[in-house]
Amino acid sequence: MRSAAHSETDPMTDPTQDAPLILGEHTLSSRLLVGTGKYASFEETAAALELSGTDCVTVAVRRVNLDESKGPSLLEYIDRDRYVILPNTAGCFDVESAVRTSVLSRDLLGTKLVKLEVLGDKTTLLPDPVGTLEATEELVKQGFDVMVYCSDDPRMCVRLAELGATAVMPAGSPIGSGQGVLNPNAIRIILELVDACPIIVDAGVGKASDVCAAFELGVEGVLLNSAIALAQDPLRMAVAMRDAASAGRQTFLAGPIPKRLYANASSPTEGMIAGTSLPSEAGAS
Amino acid sequence: MARGPLFWDDVSGHRAPLQHTLKIVLNGSPSELADAMSVAELIEDLDLSPEQVAVEVNGELVPRAERAAHQLAEGDAVELVTLVGGG
Repeated sequence: MRSAAHSETDPMTDPTQDAPLILGEHTLSSRLLVGTGKYASFEETAAALELSGTDCVTVAVRRVNLDESKGPSLLEYIDRDRYVILPNTAGCFDVESAVRTSVLSRDLLGTKLVKLEVLGDKTTLLPDPVGTLEATEELVKQGFDVMVYCSDDPRMCVRLAELGATAVMPAGSPIGSGQGVLNPNAIRIILELVDACPIIVDAGVGKASDVCAAFELGVEGVLLNSAIALAQDPLRMAVAMRDAASAGRQTFLAGPIPKRLYANASSPTEGMIAGTSLPSEAGAS
Repeated sequence: MARGPLFWDDVSGHRAPLQHTLKIVLNGSPSELADAMSVAELIEDLDLSPEQVAVEVNGELVPRAERAAHQLAEGDAVELVTLVGGG
């Protein structure tokens, strides 16, 4: 069963428990990965992370702003004992800058985990497939645990897993678009074809139902940022996303009933009292 | 603090110490340092927390352990990065 493929243990016999998500050296209880961008303040960031229940938070690597008067740093608001920090290469449009950014993040955080993004253009922020493959190969060679943001092309995901990606992370829809998982069948096929590493839907979710639907497909994780950070009430949305992740994941593990066209009575069809038969059945019986 | 060698103005004959400035490109902007210094001293000079930055000189990482020994040279392109919010 796929659900057990990336876990240390079998799915729990206790129905309230789930196996952890393994990412390289890290073991996560929560399957929701949450970004730290676009919040109104660092305080709000910290509160939303806490409420989301996440164990893994993404950050970006940027030039130190030397003109700005020295303010507090994001790092002061993120408890490194509580969260695994996942640095990204967001904003990189070529292999070289993505690799350089990864090397800098590894020195800064002392972690070999990196979320690789090699983007194609600024309007769609869709991943550049060739650059993404090349950068994955190089980073794996340099000893990184690479979590790769990619398109939902199943063959692309196979190639990334073959290169040794720690996680393959197809976009549900464009980054920050809130469109949800536009092609669930592609995700289904990816889950069929890729068994070497976890599949995490990265980007595009807007609502709790999007997160729930992604987990119901069987993905091992969902990574989101804008859906919480830009909601009218980010803290309440963080709670919604936490619950949606749990509901969707539990639905997948529980195994939903197949859809059918006609009704299937939940109550016994035998033992009905007299006079309740349908008119058409009355004469026949 | 360890500094670079003193330079003497032998044109004037006064043998007065001459300010040795160092031109580098810091995060994409031309910048002039008052003195020769190491990467570690630059971080200190800019009042940055050493544990919250990573440094690249001419496209190559200067690992944390090598910051003190790595002297900056004229024309170096220095990138100082930190972590910010992101998805």
